[in-house]
Amino acid sequence: MTTMNAVLAAGGPELHPQAAEGVQSVAWLLIALPLAGAAILLLSGRRTNKWGHLLGTAMSLGAFVVGLLAFFQMLGQDAEGRSRLVHLFPFISAGSLKVDMNLLVDPLSISFVLLITGVGSLIHIYSIGYMSHDPDRRRFFAYLNLFVAAMLLLVLADNYVGLYIGWEGVGLASYLLIGFWQYKPSAATAAKKAFIVNRVGDFGLSVAIMVMFATFGSLSYQDVFGQASQASQGTITAIGLLLLLGACGKSAQLPLQSWLLDAMEGPTPVSALIHAATMVTAGVYLIVRSHAIFELSPDAQLLVTIVGVATLLAGAIIGCAKDDIKKALAGSTMSQIGYMVLAAGLGRPGYVFAIAHLIAHGFFKAGMFLGAGSVMHAMNDDVNMRKYGGLRKVMPITFATFGLGYLAIIGFPGLSGWWTKDGIIDAAFEKGGTSGQILGWLALIGAGITAYYMSRLMFMTFFGEPRWDEDVHPHESPKVMTVPLILLAIGSVAGGAFLILGDRFAKFLAPVVGEPEAAHKLVTPYTAIVFALMVVGVGLAYVQYLRRPVPRTAPAGNPAVTFARKDLYGDALNESLLMRPGQWLTRLTVYFDNRGVDGLVNGLAAFIGGTSGRVRRVQTGFVRSYALSMFVGAALVVGALFLVRI
Amino acid sequence: MTPVYMAAGDIPTPHIEYGRLAPVLIVLGAACVGVLVEALAPRAQRYGLQVLVSVVGLVAAFAWTIALGIGDQPHHVAAMGAVGVDGPTLFIQGTILVLALMSMLLIAERRHEDSPFTAQASTVPGSPEERESLVAGLVQTEIYPLVLFAVGGMLIFPAANDLLTMFVALEVMSLPLYLLCGLARRRRLLSQEAAVKYFLLGAFSSAFFLYGTAMLYGFAGSVRLSEIAAAISKQGGDEPLLLAGVALLSVGLLFKMGAAPFQAWKPDVYQGAPTALTALMASCTLVAAVGGVLRVFYVGLETLRWDWRPMMWAVAILTMLVGAIVAITQTDVKRMLAYSSIAHGGFLLTGVIATNKAGLSSTLFYLAAYGFTTVGAFAVITMVRDAGGEAGHLSRWAGLGKRQPLVAGTFAFFLLAFAGIPLTSGFTGKFAVFQAAMAGGAMPLVIVGVVSSAIAAFFYVRVIVLMFFSEPLADGPTVSFSPATATAVAVGAFVTLVLGVIPAPALHLAQSAANQLFVR
Repeated sequence: MTTMNAVLAAGGPELHPQAAEGVQSVAWLLIALPLAGAAILLLSGRRTNKWGHLLGTAMSLGAFVVGLLAFFQMLGQDAEGRSRLVHLFPFISAGSLKVDMNLLVDPLSISFVLLITGVGSLIHIYSIGYMSHDPDRRRFFAYLNLFVAAMLLLVLADNYVGLYIGWEGVGLASYLLIGFWQYKPSAATAAKKAFIVNRVGDFGLSVAIMVMFATFGSLSYQDVFGQASQASQGTITAIGLLLLLGACGKSAQLPLQSWLLDAMEGPTPVSALIHAATMVTAGVYLIVRSHAIFELSPDAQLLVTIVGVATLLAGAIIGCAKDDIKKALAGSTMSQIGYMVLAAGLGRPGYVFAIAHLIAHGFFKAGMFLGAGSVMHAMNDDVNMRKYGGLRKVMPITFATFGLGYLAIIGFPGLSGWWTKDGIIDAAFEKGGTSGQILGWLALIGAGITAYYMSRLMFMTFFGEPRWDEDVHPHESPKVMTVPLILLAIGSVAGGAFLILGDRFAKFLAPVVGEPEAAHKLVTPYTAIVFALMVVGVGLAYVQYLRRPVPRTAPAGNPAVTFARKDLYGDALNESLLMRPGQWLTRLTVYFDNRGVDGLVNGLAAFIGGTSGRVRRVQTGFVRSYALSMFVGAALVVGALFLVRI
Repeated sequence: MTPVYMAAGDIPTPHIEYGRLAPVLIVLGAACVGVLVEALAPRAQRYGLQVLVSVVGLVAAFAWTIALGIGDQPHHVAAMGAVGVDGPTLFIQGTILVLALMSMLLIAERRHEDSPFTAQASTVPGSPEERESLVAGLVQTEIYPLVLFAVGGMLIFPAANDLLTMFVALEVMSLPLYLLCGLARRRRLLSQEAAVKYFLLGAFSSAFFLYGTAMLYGFAGSVRLSEIAAAISKQGGDEPLLLAGVALLSVGLLFKMGAAPFQAWKPDVYQGAPTALTALMASCTLVAAVGGVLRVFYVGLETLRWDWRPMMWAVAILTMLVGAIVAITQTDVKRMLAYSSIAHGGFLLTGVIATNKAGLSSTLFYLAAYGFTTVGAFAVITMVRDAGGEAGHLSRWAGLGKRQPLVAGTFAFFLLAFAGIPLTSGFTGKFAVFQAAMAGGAMPLVIVGVVSSAIAAFFYVRVIVLMFFSEPLADGPTVSFSPATATAVAVGAFVTLVLGVIPAPALHLAQSAANQLFVR
């Protein structure tokens, strides 16, 4: 409660963005370029097959350049001037209902813009090579461009309506891309599952938006956050919980996590861009962007941290048991986003680390996914790590870049993950009280498990004896794929230090999320514990997967392993909690629908149809009867007028 | 024996503000030029000249209208008070001119066949003479001046500040239309039947209009709308003469916009008339008719609104319901759109009844939005063709979406706009009109409006389902492309989309046009 008061006393940062100038005033180009790319590629048909992928990549790079210019312009402005509004057009202005479409260019959104367009462009380039043999490459790039445009709208909108449109847009792009190889039934099912699970989250978000509109009469961030303190505690908590539900769906947090593992059915660049680096982090963005609401509701904040911690452990445990390299990475993504959500729930000191970890994660996880794609490319699209082994010699570049990403994610001192994850763990302990201790220790344990499962993945893939199938002849991937890997590896190594050293990122974000109360301490007692746990995790994996030979078929394992392999029975839970009762409810409603509602509706439809048929007969086609109907009508009109007088 | 006075000296020469009336004069002048072309130019050159004269006339009139709207702060009466030149009128006239230009693209279309109009109207359908004229490749180029005369009448109709001028405008606009209705190239008997029906019923309604005018003259001693309004406030509204006059005048006006129970002509005429002309009637004539209704009820009878509102409520409700319900069982595309147009007339009336600025501006916006969508939709109908002309029967449209996704998709978009789905102009228009009606306290009207929108959505969606989810017919209709028609479709679709996504500028324009209301 004391921290709560402190936050209230400090007051949230004021949101009075000025009008944008210079490059920032054309920030709409960020969205327009990839959107135009998607439109051209989708509408032009086969004509653009030859150069469609180049256009898509160029549009993404163009957006990146605009983003960079806007970023540099922002650096030249003082702290108050860093939030700029780009007025696009008034969407609806009728009476009291006024919805403006504006873009908000501020440190938070520009961080996302650079991540989305930067990593996005690298993945576009990588996909040129990865998808070169796919007959539908043009459509793939169209969807990628569509995704980039929607994601940019999501982070750039200055109001919840724009955010929601982008939110649905990325959901659509994600659906289309997961099911890109729709001839595979598993891909089609996975796409459907992602769609349906996301609907639950989107429902939460849309209700939150409606509640906000009913409470504040506006949906722009400026108005909502400005008036948030005047709303009742119950309303604020309700909004916070609904927003959290939305975030859970999009970011695959418990209990809506089950779709992310299946989503790996999509092409690997999609897993890297959408299901690791950007879209799945939208939930974190939503929570950090709405921090003014969460700060007013300690209950909602506490639930955010609980969800985060539970997911970071669940994801890590799932990651330990998967033999499918992409699913192991997906479990890891869940877990890392759990860290971000935890940080976002911790309040002011946490936001910076949430976003910093998000950016660092964007680099190293995208790099590792693309590395996994490169490995799959070499292994004839086999994803089973038990059939890998010893790849470091044949794929040196992939190995080196993947290794750097690996070191970054397990928190090897000096690399990106170390700076940002330790920051989150420290922030959890700094929260104070019993809850802070619990959250901190669980996050610590999660770091240890991370080291274990990532080492397992690393050892099974790149070290040990080759366990390849006979017809597999691994080779290094072409340059168009390895260059992005190298660039992402550089980000994995240096990104964290660049952001955290000297509180650079904290100061940059201050206009949006407020100044942190104290400078961040780089080394705390917990740093040593994290390091020790990391060594234990790596050592355990070393003993299990490097000292002993890895069997080509998965051993039966004990119940705990089965539990983890089955995604912690997430699907079974979904089935028994949601699907079965849902089916029962459907059957019940179908029954009532057939008997009651259908009877009514069918009766109504039959009534209208019958009326239509009967009235139609009045239209005899004889002009005399038309004239008669006019005459009667005229008599009625005259009668009506006189009737009113009486 | 009473002396006979020579009146010549007593009537002052009326003062005509040519500048302010120029759009009307240009269009009527172009029509006269068209008549001269018909009389003097050789047959081979007539088509080109006529199209040129028509297009130049319409464009020039539109440009002048814009200039009037921007330059001359428009709030004047002209021609000794017979014509009002004000914001709403200019908005309506501009809308009519643009829509007429779009319809002209369809009327002048010669790619699908020699002309959408009959080769020689004077021949008997099925006779050897008809075949001769067809073989000779004759083209009826008189349609262009006729269309221009009709458009001229439409321009005067909403501007007319006294009932006699309005009546003259009504006839100027109607007579060419009666004639044009009967000139379809295919299904000529149906077309001629439509023309006769339209003429007879139109004449009947004109009689009502004139009778109402006479009674109002008897009440107020003037046919000028402003003086009728003044008389109502002075004498109160108890006079039977006044009430009967208002009722009969309303009948004449409501007939023109096809409100129930005066809608009977609309399906027959829309179906029988050449589709290019149906586009003109469904857009421009409706805009002009509603414009006239707006002027009469906002200027002349505004003070009497507590008397006519219940009657108009009933008419609006009946119109919306009849249009939406009867459309369900239609099997002909043009008939279906005719009923849809009836229903839209009901939606427009909800805006008229509000009698406030919001009602006026929302009605203006709705008119423009609906006009563009309508011309676009009818343009699509002219493109979908069988061996015997346009594929009118709905069953012929089955599976069109699989063979011609672009055309079917555009038509589906127009239908969604008619249904009032968000991100189309139809949604914005309905939203604005219903909001104005609600602010005017007409909640029941809004409820009926929403209900009938829901009913109407059923048959729009049914056509979409038919186009996209049915198996294509083996001998299905072909789609005939041509630049002119495609332009009309594209403009219609573009405006429908823009007014749905970024409606604010157009809403603002309608608001500023409505801001000063009609001049008295």
